[in-house]
Order: sequence, then C-alpha cells, then structure tokens
Amino acid sequence: MIRLMLVLSALVLALTGAALVIGPANAPYWDSLSALVVDDGTPLTLVMREIRLPRAILALAIGASLGMAGAAMQGYLRNPLADPGLIGVSASAALGAVLAIQTGLAAAFAFGLPLAALAGAVLGVLLVLALAGPRGASITLILAGIVVSSLAGALTSLVLNLSPNPFAASEIVFWMMGSLADRSMDHVWLALPLIGLGLVLLATLTRGLEALTLGEDAAQALGINLTRLRLTLVGGTAAVVGASTAVAGTIGFVGLVVPHLLRPFVGARPGALLGASALGGAAMLLAADILVRVVLPTKDLKLGVVTALVGAPLFLHLIYKTRRQLA
Amino acid sequence: MSRFDRLCCAVAGCLATVSPAVGQVAADPGVPAAPPERVVSMNLCTDQLAMMMADDGQLHSVSYLSQQARGSALVEQARQYVPNRGLAEEIYLMDPDLVIAGSFSDRTTLDMLRRLDVPVAVFEPAGNLSDIRDRVRRMGAVLHREEAAARMVARFEARLADLAAQAPPAGDRPRAALYSANGWSSGGKTLPGQIVTAAGFDLVADDFGLAWGGFLPLELLAMSDPDAVITGQPYPADSRAEEILDHPVVAHLKRDSMRGIVSDQDWSCGTPLVLDAIERLAQARRMATGAGR
Repeated sequence: MIRLMLVLSALVLALTGAALVIGPANAPYWDSLSALVVDDGTPLTLVMREIRLPRAILALAIGASLGMAGAAMQGYLRNPLADPGLIGVSASAALGAVLAIQTGLAAAFAFGLPLAALAGAVLGVLLVLALAGPRGASITLILAGIVVSSLAGALTSLVLNLSPNPFAASEIVFWMMGSLADRSMDHVWLALPLIGLGLVLLATLTRGLEALTLGEDAAQALGINLTRLRLTLVGGTAAVVGASTAVAGTIGFVGLVVPHLLRPFVGARPGALLGASALGGAAMLLAADILVRVVLPTKDLKLGVVTALVGAPLFLHLIYKTRRQLA
Repeated sequence: MSRFDRLCCAVAGCLATVSPAVGQVAADPGVPAAPPERVVSMNLCTDQLAMMMADDGQLHSVSYLSQQARGSALVEQARQYVPNRGLAEEIYLMDPDLVIAGSFSDRTTLDMLRRLDVPVAVFEPAGNLSDIRDRVRRMGAVLHREEAAARMVARFEARLADLAAQAPPAGDRPRAALYSANGWSSGGKTLPGQIVTAAGFDLVADDFGLAWGGFLPLELLAMSDPDAVITGQPYPADSRAEEILDHPVVAHLKRDSMRGIVSDQDWSCGTPLVLDAIERLAQARRMATGAGR
C-alpha cells in the first residue's frame, strides 16, 4: 500500500515536471525550469509562470478530483461503472457553468462561475442517485446517467446557440470534451478553493466506505451515519466536479479507468482506493494533457477525446463483465 | 403575370418554362446595360462601396448589418436606406433593377433572384490592399459611375503612397501581432495583415510562416515578444474563444502605449476606409517609437 502510494507520487512528480517543460515554445528543459523559479526578464518566464504552470496545476488538481470522485461513487454505490462523467454529473456542471457565463453571473461575481457549476453538479448527482436508488443497480444507474447527460448536454447546446456571440456555438465541443488550453492563474484561483474543499470532504469518507462493504445494516451497526455519508459524498463530488468542469469542461472516463486499474493493488478496499485514485487521476490527466500538446500542438485536441479513447474500451469490457454477473 | 405569381412560380421551380432568359448581361456578369435606378445591396462590404459611390436615389436598400455599430463603419449613412436581411422574398418585393451580393451570400437566394430575372452582381471579398482598386472599379462599372470610381481609386492610391513614404525602412520597423479569437493570427497575405504592414510594422505571424494566417499558440506569441499586439473588439456576451484575448500574457504584451489599438469596423471590409485604420495605426506607431526608442 505504501509502496503503491510512493510509486504513484513519483509518477505524478515526473509527469508534472514533463508538463512544465513540454510545449510549443520548445525551450531547453533546464532553462524553462530556471525561468519558472527566477524571473530573468525574458519572455520564457512569462510562458512558464502564466501558461505552463497554471495548466500543470489544473491538470494535477482536476485529475485528482475526477479520480477520487470516481472511486468514492464506485465505493458508495458498490458498482464499478459509476463515474461522474458517465452518469451526467459533469454534464450538469457544464450546464451550470454555461448558464453562469451567458447570463453574466460569472462576470458579475468572482466565484459565480464555479458556484453555478457546483449547483449544476449537485442537481445532477441528486437526480442520478434518486433515480438509481441506494444500491445503485447497474442498469438503472447507467440509464439515469444517459438521460441526465443527454438532457444537460442538449440544454448546454441550446444556451450556447442562443448566445449573441458568434463563437459561443463552436464552444459546445469544449464543454462536452474538455480542454486545458490557454488557461491562466485566474482559473487556478477560481477552481482551487472548491476543489480543495471537495477533496477534503471525499477523504473523510474512507472509514464509511470500508464499513459499507459489509452492507448497510452492518455499517450502521459499526456507527456509520449513512445519511451523513451520503450528504458528504454528494457535496464532495459536486464540489470537485463542479469546480473542475467550470474551468476545463467535461472530461470523462478518468474516474472510471483509474479506480479500476488501481483496485487490485489496494486489496479492493474502497477507502484505500480514494487516495490512490486521486494520485492516479492526476497522473492520467497530466499524461493526457502532455499528449494533446505533443500530438497536435496547434489544434487544441480535446482532453476528453484522449481519455475516451483510453476509457471507452475499458467501459465496454466492464459492461461485458457485469452482464455476466447479472445473468 | 403578377409579381406574386412569378414568385410562387420560382419557388415551385416552374419559371424556366414560363419566362425566357433575359440575356442582356454584358461580358462582366452583373453589369447592367443601362444605369440601374433601384439597387439593393445585401452584403456588408458591397454596402460600403455602394454607399460611397452611388448617385442620389440610386441605392434603395442595404443589409441590416450595415446599420449595426458592431461591424459597420458607416452606420449613420446606412440608416438612410431600407435595411434588408438577404431574403429572396423581401428583396424581390423591393423590385430592384440590380442586386449586389458578396460571394458568401446565400447561393440559393441568388439563384432564385436570377430565375426571377433580377440582375445579380456578385463581388468577391477583397483579400488584400491591391484588390480594393479592382472592387472600387467594378462597383463603378455595375453602378455606371465609372468617373466616381476613377476619382476614388486615384485618391486611394495617392494616400496609400503617402503612407508608404512615411513608413520606416526595413530593419527599423516595430513588430506587431494580430491576435484574435482562438489564437488566430493573420499574416502579410491577408487584408488585416496588409493594413498592419502598410502602417509600418512587421508581422509576427510572417515569422512563423503564417502569411495566410493561422493558429498561433499563446506560448509562441509570448516568446516572440512583439512590440504591439492588436486584438479585435469582442462580441457581446462572453465566449471561451475570445477569453484568450483577456489572458494575462496578452494583457502583459499589450502593456504600453500601443494597447489602445484594436481592429475595428474600418478593418472589416476591403474598401478605401481601411486607409483610416492604417493612419490611426501609423500614428500610434510614431507615438510609441518616438517615446520608446
């Protein structure tokens, strides 16, 4: 367990370094890092501090958020198919964010954007949890997720199509696929407080999720307050997913792939999986964000495209396995 | 046959059998044999040329975009005409003897107007400064205002030569970057690029091989450290595409005396009005280099 965390931490550290030195400006690695620390008056400092650093921080924080939220939802629902992107929480958060931007709420009040996305995410989680029920049977969970995703996606498209700004309609793809291109420190300060709060909330679920593996009655007998557990889960997930989506759009599959890959290494303990998935999610998103910069540097290839190419085959494999269990 | 009947016929596609083709079109398609007396223009840029050149009472209607301050350089003048939204029905009912359209106007609309025997002159947008002379001359030809066009071309060339004489020599020219939504940067083979070079700047996009324009990553813009960054006027309501123009890096690069320069209405069309844009830009360059160097 400790060895796994060390390996993952080393991986995240290495990928953060790579994310900081790789980019279209193509400066020598060592010069880039020294320009980040010491302001040498060259444009490279500007590039490092205002473009690459915020991008790396956001990839780190958002990856950790999505990984941990996925692990928490899977632990609570005891269902490996749960993922905030797949079940519509991200799509509802995107709707909240788009509404805030187009109504001017985001411009009128500093935290209007992440808070509106949070509100959207809360609605999405509540709707899906209510539809899927406490045990979260796979079929109802996925069906509820599809409906919430499509509805939120359709409304997002509608709002953007009604915007007087001619560029808004082309942004539908950003809100559906996600990107970290050209984000600035402003976005970091916008997202980080809420992400931090959400990660702390989710981290407190460790003991509750472990107890829940014995069943709800046994968990209650162990002194776990299920209502509080549920509220913390909803609040934590909505906070991290809302803040992430507000600045980076919808990035799917991270919360599905990462817990699935790491589960065998933590002895399938959902509590231990939380921390490991946070690190794993950060590593996955950093790697994806490096990849989009290397493959198509000028085209702003969307992050969600990369994560879906990795995640969708795995999701199909999981459905196949669950189908056998159901039959 | 009443005009309404003919309109219905055109919609049903039966006109070809009812009415013979007119065939009075000269070598330049769209140049009418006699001076047109009721002209409808349905494109922002042909509107500008037509308003600058038409005889009194010759122009009847311009596109509604020309009456909106966001893109139009001649709002006040355009409000004297009837606005149109480029729909075949409304234009046909205006009973024009010449319709002037841009090559991006709706083809089906233009085809229907032609089927209804309305002469249509289509103008390609001017892609660079030298195209502007051709467009002015052609507008003069279709409106039968050749003399006005010749005068306008002469004035245009004189002012342009004047500006070229004031521009600093190669090697002493400050570098400017045109930067618009999604990080698009126009180069020296585009009209906005030529406005900037005519004002005495070198273009950053040309250094990156983007003479026809292209996406310039924010990092490369920062590394090129331009003397001026020229962004456009944002549209109403926020969009992520335009958010890049408020990025701290762009704000940092725009910090000094050149920051007020934006590409506005005078940049949007290839007409002699671009000279005003070039003059403002050249003035800003003189102030910046006079103070800074």
